[in-house]
Amino acid sequence: MKRTGYFLYRTSKNYFFYGMCVVGTLIALVPLYLILYHTLALGLPALNWNFFTQMPKPVGEPGGGLANAIAGTLILVGLGACIGLPVGILAGIYLSEFGNGIFGTIVRFLTDVLNGVPSIVTGVVAYTLIVIPTRHFSAYAGAVALGILMVPTITRTTEEMLRMVPTMYREAALALGISQWKMTLRIVVKTASGGIVTGIMLAIARIAGETAPLLFTALNNRFWHTTLDQPIASLTVFIYNYGVSPFEDWIAQAWAGALVLISLILILSIAMRFATRSKYQASSL
Amino acid sequence: MTDLKMKITTENVHAFFGTNEALKGISVSIPEHSVVAIIGPSGCGKSTFLRALNRMHETVPGGKITGTILLDGADIYAMDAVTVRKRVGMVFQKPNPFPTMSIFDNVAAGLTMNGIRDRKLVKEIVEESLHKAALWDEVKDNLGKSGVSLSGGQQQRLCIARSLAVNPEVILMDEPASALDPISTAKIEELIYELKPHYTIVIVTHNMQQAARVSDYTAFFYIGTLVEYGITKKIFTMPEKKQTEDYITGRFG
Repeated sequence: MKRTGYFLYRTSKNYFFYGMCVVGTLIALVPLYLILYHTLALGLPALNWNFFTQMPKPVGEPGGGLANAIAGTLILVGLGACIGLPVGILAGIYLSEFGNGIFGTIVRFLTDVLNGVPSIVTGVVAYTLIVIPTRHFSAYAGAVALGILMVPTITRTTEEMLRMVPTMYREAALALGISQWKMTLRIVVKTASGGIVTGIMLAIARIAGETAPLLFTALNNRFWHTTLDQPIASLTVFIYNYGVSPFEDWIAQAWAGALVLISLILILSIAMRFATRSKYQASSL
Repeated sequence: MTDLKMKITTENVHAFFGTNEALKGISVSIPEHSVVAIIGPSGCGKSTFLRALNRMHETVPGGKITGTILLDGADIYAMDAVTVRKRVGMVFQKPNPFPTMSIFDNVAAGLTMNGIRDRKLVKEIVEESLHKAALWDEVKDNLGKSGVSLSGGQQQRLCIARSLAVNPEVILMDEPASALDPISTAKIEELIYELKPHYTIVIVTHNMQQAARVSDYTAFFYIGTLVEYGITKKIFTMPEKKQTEDYITGRFG
């Protein structure tokens, strides 16, 4: 009888912890549901073909779209990735393959510090470094700020993913008389590519949603930009401006902009996964 | 043994992991086209010695070698490490085909990554290497399949084919059959026998029957020193040292 009592105690303890985990998961899902539900419910009605093809209309005039902001966000994120991707990936390779010394430790620490720097601070730095000397806000300044924000995330995820590649594959390649840089690029990076792509997507999603650093650098533009050294529109800054405005159709467009932004990131994630998937993905990674 | 051509000669080789000395002065001569087995209890330095022969020991952080290792009379530590590794291939304990590559690409890896672009030549060498590794008949219709989709024994023969493709002169095998079942082990041993006329093979093994079956010469290592080295038949029937006899008969190890 005593044994049964103890058994009941143990199983109930098991169910208790299982229940706690389920509750925690459900609570974690609530904000996700709220965000998706609100964006879809409020964004979809304002979404139409004009939203993608037309420019913002002046106050009071109904209709119009955010074509320039959609293009601006794509350009800013694209340029930012051109800066952040090569720097981040190469730094990650350095830390994983060569960074066992004191210098590597310092770089790793500084990267973590940079990761914790608020994005508005990065914006101010880009403002001081680029906007002030050139005397105008520009797409370039915005791209630099976003590029800097990408670097630490990509560096650390690349490093972590490369470290997960078992030593035996490195040794197999070296023992074939393959030089170290070819072994690193074509065996180690390729084996870890799935994880590296995930890191890149996280970094892109992060910068695509940034508003604060753009206020200092790319500013905003109600018109179509003609060159990249001009202020440029972006979805996030438009969402920020329209969302706090007193005009109903602007608020509706802000929600539509939010929906478009989320969809863009989702489409990009899926497309990149598809483009970089390996025929023989390492199952362990 | 003295009238044979020596492929590899080591003189007073010491190996270190940081300050820990794993090999304490090993001097061995390995005749060309022979199979040399290295036996000894765990931690005796057999694998370290093997990895010194193709300069893989130095890829481990803190790994350092002193002494001389001659390949055809030339000091391998005066050569480029990549050149040494092309001439001295290696098969590891755990089968390690590249997980992102097909069977074909695995065998071709050493060629294509060293800049050989001639597709026809690569194809020929891949087929020849798979034949030599006794794997061709099992995979010829599935060359595009993933290398890791094969069984453990097939994967190990794939790794042997991969090292044969770069046309090495010496093949180092680090317990190549210890992760395999008896049938796959027998296949690997048969393969070693078939490769012997064309290559010089050094094999580390925990399995003394295996050493007795496949090798011409056997070296017995104990705590970083070479206790005894000689013709396999003699080592296993009339060892000179008491330590060797005790290990072989299973009295310690």
